[in-house]
Amino acid sequence: MSTAIWDDYLEKLIESWKKETQPFRTVSYLNRLRTNALNRVESLRLPTIRDEEWRFTDISSLRNTPFPRASTISLLSLDSQKNTFLNEPVCRLVFVDGQYIPELSSLVDDDSVTVCRLSGLANTCASKAERHLGQLADFQDSVFVALNTALMHDGVCIVIPANVSATIPVHVLYVTSGKEEVAAYPRCLLVAESGAEVTIVEEYVALREGASLTNAVTEIYIGESARVNHIRVQREAPQAFHIANNATFVAKAARYDSVSFAFGARISRFDQKITLAGEGAECQIDGLALIAGRQLADTHTFIDHANPHCGSRQLHKCIVDESAHGVFSGKIMVRPHSQQTDAKQLNHNLLLSEKARMDTKPQLEIFADDVKCAHGATVGQLDKESLFYLQSRGLAEEAARNLLTYAFGGEIINRVVVASLRQRLEEYILARTRIS
Amino acid sequence: MINVNSKTLLEVRDLHATVGGAEILKGVDLTVKSGEIHAIMGLNGSGKSTLAKVLAGHPSYEVTRGTLLFDGHDLSALAPEDRARAGVFLAFQYPVEIPGVANNQFLRLAYNTVRGQRGEEELDPLEFDDFVREKMKLLKMNPDFLDRSVNEGFSGGEKKRNEILQMALLEPRLALLDETDSGLDIDALRIVANGVNQLSNKDNALILVTHYQRLLDYIVPDYVHVMEAGRIIRTSGKELALALEKHGYDWIHADDQMTEARP
Repeated sequence: MSTAIWDDYLEKLIESWKKETQPFRTVSYLNRLRTNALNRVESLRLPTIRDEEWRFTDISSLRNTPFPRASTISLLSLDSQKNTFLNEPVCRLVFVDGQYIPELSSLVDDDSVTVCRLSGLANTCASKAERHLGQLADFQDSVFVALNTALMHDGVCIVIPANVSATIPVHVLYVTSGKEEVAAYPRCLLVAESGAEVTIVEEYVALREGASLTNAVTEIYIGESARVNHIRVQREAPQAFHIANNATFVAKAARYDSVSFAFGARISRFDQKITLAGEGAECQIDGLALIAGRQLADTHTFIDHANPHCGSRQLHKCIVDESAHGVFSGKIMVRPHSQQTDAKQLNHNLLLSEKARMDTKPQLEIFADDVKCAHGATVGQLDKESLFYLQSRGLAEEAARNLLTYAFGGEIINRVVVASLRQRLEEYILARTRIS
Repeated sequence: MINVNSKTLLEVRDLHATVGGAEILKGVDLTVKSGEIHAIMGLNGSGKSTLAKVLAGHPSYEVTRGTLLFDGHDLSALAPEDRARAGVFLAFQYPVEIPGVANNQFLRLAYNTVRGQRGEEELDPLEFDDFVREKMKLLKMNPDFLDRSVNEGFSGGEKKRNEILQMALLEPRLALLDETDSGLDIDALRIVANGVNQLSNKDNALILVTHYQRLLDYIVPDYVHVMEAGRIIRTSGKELALALEKHGYDWIHADDQMTEARP
């Protein structure tokens, strides 16, 4: 592949960022990583609908707006009233327009969670970052991961020490202020050392409507017998672009549970990659997209059964209303020696209008012979018998439709373990489905 | 209980109904007054469940001829929800599972919608919780059922109890029980029947759709109707069910021939 820049969009982006980006002072590894990624960006280009993995998701309109980095970061007043903070005690890390804001964050005061900014890595975090940052989310073939890695100027590294359970959940809040049309490139690395346990909530919110670009990368390393419960909520402004890559490494006998919600953004694309890298590793990854208007929500998942005796479960749902467009592509790879794999993937989609569109592509690639794998996808409308059942109990047809729509999504919301977040999500979906 | 002075609740005349173009009901006549309990029996495919669904307003069935009056009003013009609010209730043969909706949420929504329509007060979640727990005792239901999703993972018997719980909450004037006895063991049958009996009074009426005499040992009907090929071919008292149990449905035709043979 040529090393000359020929994508003028990327060229302009890189030029402006080169001028603004300061080197990391503490860990030279980060500067090397950033340089490597920058070099890689120069030989990549923005994907188009002619690329198989972007066939249904046209991001060409991204070129129309430059989306510079935010020029000023103001301290916003955030609180639970604005549906941003959670009611439970949490270790809270707040980014505004891509920049970490210590004043709005509150760290845990015991040593069950260690947090460092990438711009100030020290001790444990420095060694973990050197080992894992940029190692899990591969930037060789993804221009967005490469861009995030090249352009990252801030981010966090979270470490849960071996055999420790984090006493409270970690809440990483990525706020788009909406004051200007800006881009954010947030980066997060979570390392759960062997035997550790943690719940992490990553939430992307907009304080007001308006165009913006988020290109986020989260890497999660789960050591032997460790457990990570990951909840991801994307509720950006209806005009926003949201592109995110998650990469998770699950070691021997470790477990990864993930629930992802895509509610916002004009165009959102979420790539989730899980590597079951040791015997007995397990994951359950569930998702819900709830979109309307002219929104497009694209979820691409890849579960790599790289070792024997691993299990994976996946339930992904989309509720598509009006002229919105949902996309799901879920690949499960079972490597040749990964015997006794147990994988199950389901994708259920609900179309609420004539113009709503759903493209779904479940894929199993099995190279081992002693495995149990199943997958399936459905696209449909609300069940007529269920509608009649509710109507026969006095509910008006519209109320019955809304309740069933809510219920369809409720199955995923029920998997959220943080009570106040679950309640907020319920209220959100109730409001979207207009049930009084 | 039969009382000749009771008000007529339901009047069905020459009712014809189709599903997917096929005619299933071919001229049903039925009159039900307040306080009465009717049993409708018949073989599979005779149209008895269809009659119950047509009365409740199932959208797959189309009334092509005849009249359907409830309390003097044309029922066939009403949407299912308006029939429910007017006081018609169908206990489903196969209650629908609704994952993601908590049973207590569903029950309260139904209760408040129907009660609100009747100008009665609505209950907030706490008030409703007390109220529904009291009603659940009637059916010996574990309160855990309130927190589970509607009918999801319920056994057959639990689903049927949940149906009668809804009947207890909505207090319909006309309850249609579509094979409520199927899938119930004898203890559950007793509990369900006992619940239904306690809900039955002089101002409401019951139509039991069933295959078997068994249910009628516990809920004693005033009338037993036999359906065949989309029509009611025989109406009698509760002894008819016993005779059917003993002799089978063919016996009716044998009996018809004997009747015709008489001078």
